[in-house]
Amino acid sequence: MREMSLGSLGSRWRDTALYRSIVRHGIADTNRNGALIIFENLFLHVHPVKVRKKTLRFSHTYWLGGITLACALVLIATGILLMFYYHPSVPQAYRDMKELEFVVENGMFLRNLHRWAAHLMVFAAFLHMLRVFYHRAYRPPRQFNWVVGVVLLLVTLLLSYTGYLLPWDQLALWGVSVGTNMAKEAPLIGEQIRFLLLGGHVVSENALLRFYVLHCVVLPVALLLLLSVHIWRVRKDGGVQGPPEESDERGEIP
Amino acid sequence: MSALPPIHIVDSADPLATPRRVALVRPDIRPAVRRREEPWVMTFPHLIVREVILFQIVVIGLALAAIFFDAPLQGIANPLETPNPAKAPWYFLGLQELLHYFPPVVAGVLMPTLAIVALVVIPYARVNLTAGPLWASRSQRTAVVIGIVTVLLVALFAAFACWPVVAPTLAVAAAIFAARGGERRGRLRQALARVTLPEWIMTWFVVIATILTVIGTFFRGPGWSLVWPWNAAVFG
Repeated sequence: MREMSLGSLGSRWRDTALYRSIVRHGIADTNRNGALIIFENLFLHVHPVKVRKKTLRFSHTYWLGGITLACALVLIATGILLMFYYHPSVPQAYRDMKELEFVVENGMFLRNLHRWAAHLMVFAAFLHMLRVFYHRAYRPPRQFNWVVGVVLLLVTLLLSYTGYLLPWDQLALWGVSVGTNMAKEAPLIGEQIRFLLLGGHVVSENALLRFYVLHCVVLPVALLLLLSVHIWRVRKDGGVQGPPEESDERGEIP
Repeated sequence: MSALPPIHIVDSADPLATPRRVALVRPDIRPAVRRREEPWVMTFPHLIVREVILFQIVVIGLALAAIFFDAPLQGIANPLETPNPAKAPWYFLGLQELLHYFPPVVAGVLMPTLAIVALVVIPYARVNLTAGPLWASRSQRTAVVIGIVTVLLVALFAAFACWPVVAPTLAVAAAIFAARGGERRGRLRQALARVTLPEWIMTWFVVIATILTVIGTFFRGPGWSLVWPWNAAVFG
């Protein structure tokens, strides 16, 4: 009987017609295969096949956009799991927090992960914006992507803020009351905006349902769409832009 | 080696004539034009591996935080029992701190709107594109304008007794004037002398936002009174 090592099993699997129908390139470490890995993959092909070497340096971007994106992915994964245990109604929403803590396996870990990832995402997105500003990476041709980024920051803040109400504890109720009382002060339309947001004049179970729908459907979809545009534009505008270079400073601005 | 193909110059009013080798290039529009000779690497594995490692570091860091620190949960929401103080999440505490000094329509609507508009228009304002140091030219006029704006800002915020904004405004103004003519003296002043006007403004904004957020988070207690951090209801 022939020796069956894990390695030979792997290579036999890679020779099957099924595998070759899914992955069309070999595994040999060649530039051709390296290129195929990128542009034959729906998710990786937002990348170019080659990147400028200096863009890999830590001080080029401090990886802040990447940290923000990683947080978003963690939040989507943990958020979907949390939705399995959550009812957006009063008082069940609060009881579900207790269920997560005392009944659900690793429920507290799940909620903690979601909470800390949310805080980190807001913070990293803010630092990312500052990095781009001080590197002057908003300059042509990247003007529009800067604007998309500002909108993304606002969507991130709204996501964090709508999620803040969902545990339905005192912190949630009064934190959101403070914020929506500010919205009320907007001239002419303030009262209407607040009513639309809360489904009433105070933070009640109508508000909980509205914040839930915003938090789990409307805002995540908006985030994903804008994020797609944002990342796609990074590539279309010539890749990530690090600190300004001397030769860029010779005033070729129109 | 064969010669390059001849260039056909199409000199015709015929709209259907096909021009060859046309290159219409706006360096400010297309990024590729600015590209210089520099080393390139394959995205796979060089970039992809780094992205994977970054993702793993973030997940491991968050998982450790989730193991050791529990998310806060207070008693069930009760509209009849207002906590004192009632605090918004930390990223809104700068605004809530402003609310302490200004009427709600100013602190809650006008100032955030101004900040967002200012952020959006950054790449469309010429002053942000030229990247010239603040004191590079017309030094006298710049000094007068900066002086007047500082006095106006300080007067505005002092009128509302908003000292957490007045103090950093004065500090930034002092740094701006310290940078004047600093090209020849000392490493710090050389660095300051290269700072552009938009960078000064953003730095001013970030310092104020940070100070207000820290005060609102760590130094505010019942009735929004000033307290020490160990007496403040910090976490939100």
